[in-house]
Amino acid sequence: MENKTLSMENLPRVPKNTGWRLFIQTVIARAYPRLIGQQREKSWMFFDIFLPMMGVAAYVFVYRAIQAPEDYIGFVVVGGAMTAFWLNVLWSMSSQLYWEKEQGNLALFIIAPNSMMAILLGMALGGMVATTLRALAIMILGSLMFQVHYAVGSFGQLVMVFLLAMTALYGMGMMAASLFLLLSREAWHISNLAQEPVYLISGFYFPIKSFNFWVAAAASVIPLTLGLDAMRQLVFLSGPSLGFLSVPLEIGILVALCIVFLVGARYLLAYMERLAIREGRLTESRR
Amino acid sequence: MTAISFPSNHSVQLSPAHTFLRSFRIAAWLGWQIESNWTDPFLFAIYSVIKPLASAAILVVMYSIITQGNFASPVFSYIYLGNAFYAYVGAIMTGMSWTIIDDREHYKTLKYMYIAPISVPVYLLGRGVAKFVVASISVLITLLFGVLFLQLKINLLEVNWGLFFLALVIGVLMLATMGLLLAGVNLLIAHHYGAYGEAVAGALYLFSGAIFPLEVLPAWLRPVGFIMPVTYWLELIRRSLVGSVADAFPTLSAVSNLQLLAILVGLTVIFALGSIFTFRWCESRARERGMLDMVTNY
Repeated sequence: MENKTLSMENLPRVPKNTGWRLFIQTVIARAYPRLIGQQREKSWMFFDIFLPMMGVAAYVFVYRAIQAPEDYIGFVVVGGAMTAFWLNVLWSMSSQLYWEKEQGNLALFIIAPNSMMAILLGMALGGMVATTLRALAIMILGSLMFQVHYAVGSFGQLVMVFLLAMTALYGMGMMAASLFLLLSREAWHISNLAQEPVYLISGFYFPIKSFNFWVAAAASVIPLTLGLDAMRQLVFLSGPSLGFLSVPLEIGILVALCIVFLVGARYLLAYMERLAIREGRLTESRR
Repeated sequence: MTAISFPSNHSVQLSPAHTFLRSFRIAAWLGWQIESNWTDPFLFAIYSVIKPLASAAILVVMYSIITQGNFASPVFSYIYLGNAFYAYVGAIMTGMSWTIIDDREHYKTLKYMYIAPISVPVYLLGRGVAKFVVASISVLITLLFGVLFLQLKINLLEVNWGLFFLALVIGVLMLATMGLLLAGVNLLIAHHYGAYGEAVAGALYLFSGAIFPLEVLPAWLRPVGFIMPVTYWLELIRRSLVGSVADAFPTLSAVSNLQLLAILVGLTVIFALGSIFTFRWCESRARERGMLDMVTNY
């Protein structure tokens, strides 16, 4: 009788990826739960659209109460849709490594033979795709409910601005995630703190031009500030007159922000990981 | 050899009032520690101030752009005061209900609360005290900012202090009962537990006329605002602080302060009874289903 005892030697060898193949495999693996999770639990869509819509409606009614021009209603709808990205970067990118630490996954990420940069990129891509769907739904619903009229000047520039703003924003999220490696209980509070002040200084509900030039310039470090300003200039009739800088200049600055944040994320992540290992913070759990 | 003597084995019988006070006091202390001891006092003070001020500043900038800074208008007082005092809604109502999730999922101590000789609803009320204190600080600072920099016309000599404190106390009780109701619901929820509190708070923000008069809402949505106690509470607070605001908007101008108080008390009592009943029902369901020590990692 043939001996069918299984031994490690008899098992088929699993092809092992290394280098850029492993990098891409990791990106896909980390993006996968974000995309599939959304499909499996569709109720998320309701809460992620319904809650921001209430905020959008409240600000729209404030503008109606003070008899603002109709374009301002559109500004609120576009800004309200973009809040989905800021919340995603804040809670599902920056503070994600803190949640992973809380649940005991962070140490596994570190000891696995993959790049942390690939994990963050996977989180960013998965989150970006899922959030884009939510933002689109908020925009469509808001536009229908409040009868917003758009006058798109250049689709090409609009797509470019959006993609650059997203790249820079998620690059910033990756950079912030590395800082959160060192945080514990305070991570939740810091994310919580960064919501309303950023809505304010990035002009989510009004044109950033309303601020003093230097305040608006400082706020431009957050990619959504210029991204929103440029998008409003490109989709509303009164947009160009209320824009902070010209669209081509804003595109140029967004390109620079993309480079700074992505390169910064790579170096900061490596540094923070070393620091967190040295200080023993990767597995701490201070509740 | 020295004998060790133990206290007599008689259990100490505490009166219900004593149990109430003890649960409340310890829960309030615990709540304050959780709220504040994650950082040093200076950073905590900054944290407590920045968020409400930024939230108010969004409305101030929106208003200022459209009206060219006409802060003397009663519309501004209406928006600013409504937004400032709305901080209590988020803090007390959402904060109390979140305590269930925090204790069950994060600290994993909810089951110990249930086996301890305390009253859980009173414990939840106590945990709300810290939220009330933090919200009070933010309301005070927001009002101070409005008076100092935005021509918010609050004349301390003209404020109807009696009405203000009466409305504030009833309002806080009303929010606590709503928080208890949500806490009961949270006992039975495994998914989206953060979203329910936010959804209720968001709906109240939208429909109670917190930052715009109810006339701005489509006519078919206005009745929603009229059944919410927060609508009457905010109106009373505005009237007590800046009497002229009431005359500027027709929403509740035909209703006297006394009538508003009566409506607020009536709705608060209805909510209180509903909350206690709902909490008890949810609690018994949670016991039956073994959900009090559930950890979902959601």
